[in-house]
Amino acid sequence: MPDILKGLWITVQATVYGSLVSFALGLVWALALRSRSRWVTWPVSVFVEFIRNTPLLVQLFFLFFVLPTWGLAFAPLTTGVIGLGLHYSTYTSEVYRAGIDGVPEGQWEAATALSLPRRRTWTAVILPQAFRRVVPALGNYVIAMFKDTPLLAGITVADMLFQANSISATTFDYLEPITVVGILFVVISYPTSLLLRALERRLVR
Amino acid sequence: MTGALWELFFEGLWITVQLMVYSAALAAVVAFSIGLARTSRFWIVRFLSGVYVEFFRGTSALVLMFWLFFALPLLGWQLVGIWAGTLALGLSYGAYGSEIVRGAVQSVAPAQREAAIALSFTPWQRLRKVILPQAVPEMMPPFNNLLIELLKGTALASLLSIGELTFQAKLARLSTGQSAQIYGIILVLYFAVAFVLTRIMRVLERRAKASVGRAVPKGEGWFSRKLPVEKQGPEALATGGKP
Repeated sequence: MPDILKGLWITVQATVYGSLVSFALGLVWALALRSRSRWVTWPVSVFVEFIRNTPLLVQLFFLFFVLPTWGLAFAPLTTGVIGLGLHYSTYTSEVYRAGIDGVPEGQWEAATALSLPRRRTWTAVILPQAFRRVVPALGNYVIAMFKDTPLLAGITVADMLFQANSISATTFDYLEPITVVGILFVVISYPTSLLLRALERRLVR
Repeated sequence: MTGALWELFFEGLWITVQLMVYSAALAAVVAFSIGLARTSRFWIVRFLSGVYVEFFRGTSALVLMFWLFFALPLLGWQLVGIWAGTLALGLSYGAYGSEIVRGAVQSVAPAQREAAIALSFTPWQRLRKVILPQAVPEMMPPFNNLLIELLKGTALASLLSIGELTFQAKLARLSTGQSAQIYGIILVLYFAVAFVLTRIMRVLERRAKASVGRAVPKGEGWFSRKLPVEKQGPEALATGGKP
């Protein structure tokens, strides 16, 4: 049990750092996809669709085995965070897109009427309104990412599943450690999703 | 890359496709039965199906798969790898699918249900002749998303040493050491399967919508599986792709 809790800490770290990476990158993709130049939108959309349509596990293996051959040697956890962040950024970009599309047309027109520069239109008018709508949906992806962290065990990150496996390997008891891990996931993710639903009711109206 | 290596990959691809078809079939059964149970008149049925959904959505598919494969034998059942994978994927993606079914069934205009009652249809006739024909076209785009998620989920089965695509890639990497090439090829193969699936689902969506006299929104791009434009409310935000 103490080992599993140690694993939980790693799991939480991976989730938090992975979320931060995906929130930042997702916004970058979402803004890039709204660019007027096809030279920007085309490569970005191909990249995003490619990442979205291929398995996270294979992407993690790819990063884990390939980055070192390019001379980029990271700790497994860092590789995992890069992988999770990159994978989920393609989902969060879609959330940002929906959030930006949800800002009423009149707000754009008003910004034009005030002859605000493009940059200020984004930072002062559109994004603050989009963020309010986007928060609960981003939260859903944090939960989804939390549930995907066991994949990191595949690249030797000492998360909960990895710890459960190594306990099982020494004691030959598979039932208990894996059951504990499974239940810990439900115990954490269900209350979080209830919280998000409450938040959603307050923010999105 | 030699011919033997490609043979290894295509063998893996075939098992991946099998695993996907089996678990998609199981997930569809689970999705419809649980999704419809959640709209039941009896609170106990609604409650129990709700518990099922929250449990399987709350836990990780990989942990469930490990549990079925490693822990279940200690209770007396030993599952073959591919069935442990199918069961885990089918049960957990079925839980996501049931939310799609429920949402689509509840989005059918209430007057349709009332009209069916007025015509004294039995509940079964109501479901089969009025509700489902209108709900199914609604379900198609999110089911498309879910199917791709399921395809990607099959990669998890490699950790149970089922010889599917990701596992074969691991073998190939161990024997040749060309990680970048091998995992690059595997990613492209997954992408190709996802592309074909998206296209097939688009055709099915178009047919389903045409059968109830509705046009399919155009301009979704070649391979993207974006949400339909008409759904931009908070509920669209909440389901933006990944379940």
